[in-house]
Amino acid sequence: MDANAIMKLVNEIFIDVLDNDDIVLSRETSAKDIEEWDSLNHIQLIVAIEKKFKQRFTTAEINGWKNVGEMCDAIEKKLKG
Amino acid sequence: MQSFNELKKNLKKDYSGFKKIKIALLADSASQLLTNAIRGFGYTCQLDFDIYEADYNQIDLQVFDPSSELYAFNPDFVIINRCPEKLLKEYCKKERHEQSHFAAYNQHTTRRYYDTITSKLAGGANSKAKVIINTYPELNDGVFGNFAAKTASSFVFQLRKTNMHLMELSQECKDLFVCDLAGIQSDLGRSFVFDPKMYVNADMVYSLSFLPYIAKHITDIILSITGSFKKCLIMDLDNTTWGGIIGDDGMEGIQVGYFGMGKAFTELQMWAKQLKQRGIILCVCSKNTEEIAQEPFKNHPDMVLRLDDIAVFVANWETKVDNIRHIQSILNIGFDSMVFIDDNPFEREIVKSGIPDICVPELPEDPAEYLQYLRSLNLFETASFTEEDEQRTRQYQEEAQRNMLLQSFDNEHDFLGNLGMTSDVKAFDEFTIPRVAQLTQRSNQFNLRTVRYTEDEVKLISGNPDYYTISLTLEDKFGSHGLIGIIILHKRDAQTLFIDSWIMSCRVLKRGMESFTMNIIVELAKAHGFTQVVGEYLPTKKNGIVKDHYHQLGFTEKDGLWITDVAQYENKSNFITNKNKSWTQTQ
Repeated sequence: MDANAIMKLVNEIFIDVLDNDDIVLSRETSAKDIEEWDSLNHIQLIVAIEKKFKQRFTTAEINGWKNVGEMCDAIEKKLKG
Repeated sequence: MQSFNELKKNLKKDYSGFKKIKIALLADSASQLLTNAIRGFGYTCQLDFDIYEADYNQIDLQVFDPSSELYAFNPDFVIINRCPEKLLKEYCKKERHEQSHFAAYNQHTTRRYYDTITSKLAGGANSKAKVIINTYPELNDGVFGNFAAKTASSFVFQLRKTNMHLMELSQECKDLFVCDLAGIQSDLGRSFVFDPKMYVNADMVYSLSFLPYIAKHITDIILSITGSFKKCLIMDLDNTTWGGIIGDDGMEGIQVGYFGMGKAFTELQMWAKQLKQRGIILCVCSKNTEEIAQEPFKNHPDMVLRLDDIAVFVANWETKVDNIRHIQSILNIGFDSMVFIDDNPFEREIVKSGIPDICVPELPEDPAEYLQYLRSLNLFETASFTEEDEQRTRQYQEEAQRNMLLQSFDNEHDFLGNLGMTSDVKAFDEFTIPRVAQLTQRSNQFNLRTVRYTEDEVKLISGNPDYYTISLTLEDKFGSHGLIGIIILHKRDAQTLFIDSWIMSCRVLKRGMESFTMNIIVELAKAHGFTQVVGEYLPTKKNGIVKDHYHQLGFTEKDGLWITDVAQYENKSNFITNKNKSWTQTQ
């Protein structure tokens, strides 16, 4: 799966979990850009991403992400094993 | 089961017109998502849960401070949700010698919660709050290994004991209900229930996938307490009750018993039989020739279910929708209290579209999975269990016989005269009070004011000189209906006797029981010097059948109340005899 495909799936997850069809993610998007992306929803996003990509992330990894780009890079890296 | 995300999306939907129920949720872990799950699940049952969520870890503060938000909110239900992670933390703070008494200490705390809440939220007669507390899902702290089960001071031992204590406490406390998270976890598994990452990062002790299960079980409990629960299981026969097709395979060919596939069906039958013994009415609805369909029930050595377990047995070639309607007309219970199981997806679809209110589980394809699946649905939640529940199937069988007799008479008068009906008329006593309370809780249809009373409240009323109480049974030549009518009369003033509650079982409609009961009420009013009897009809969604009750009994309407002048009253004719000869003297 390439970076674009991952970004597309992550975007779908955001739309579904945050229940907002207007969300368009870019690599630079972070929590301050999306109103619904609070700490409670963040947990739900992580759970949904782990489920979708069938990967687990450590707490340290999750806390290290500054934006969507870093999140997608981490997913891509995991998928390549 | 819906996902948490689906439930969350329900929050934005329109709840207008749904029944409103006020819930206070007090938790010792982060509970925002649980709150969302419960409210979202309510939507799927047309319930508008108005939830007050206490701040994080404030159970003590909310319960013991009389001016807390909890009491200001005045909820119908108080849910106390406690998690094993916090319990372990408490346990670890204790000295070794205290740890052996940890469960007793917990029981004491729970008792204090319950007593404080129920005394402060006593409210009016029908607004007494119910308390729902969970058992602790098991958490093995891994300190003693299996030896923990043999060590009284271990956490595992004390946790299990705490759960047992809660179950015991709920025996004594009528308004305490248990949400059995320990049991649910044992079905789903610890790793499904608990997500360590969510716990560490957000203090959430339940995984997102588990939240809908808690919400469902809490909703099931609330629904059963408010009078909505399943009363009847209708079973298809071929490939549902036994394996194979009786019409083709014959009695020797069907699969039932302990060989091969037979086990799946036998154990399903055992489950059904246990349900019957706790008061669920069992019926059969099958496309078959009746004689052939009944043969295994009579003669197959491995059948668990026998004909006398089945209240209504319908086997013919009519459609299942018509046959289930027929069953409903005999039982006289709502379609929404019936469950229909059938292996055939096509039949299920027809029944679902023909009778939208009935519950039709999507049985798995493999009969080996039927039972586990059906158990997991928690279809038969209940809020009470009395001896009378066990008798129910027999009563409905007798009713089917009566229906056949009715068909053999030209008119209803002759039929009623031939039934030989008698009624035992008494004031409430210690034997009848549990059943009386149950009737006030459960009766929705023939219920003029739908005032719900707990056992304790009924006890208070029956000892109060301002009230008169009457319980009525009905027997006829086919058998006994048991206690089927209750009347609570309140002395408004020296002249006026007010009918606080008039509740009858729908099983005895059209028997003249209304007239008989009315005569009894007026007789009592006369004996105590009242000049008028006043009734009131408070409409609900379900009690439309008694809309004209007082009108039909000759009451006159005045300002929304119904009045009968005792002096003018003429006894109404009926075919029921009062068995209790000393009734008038004991009044």
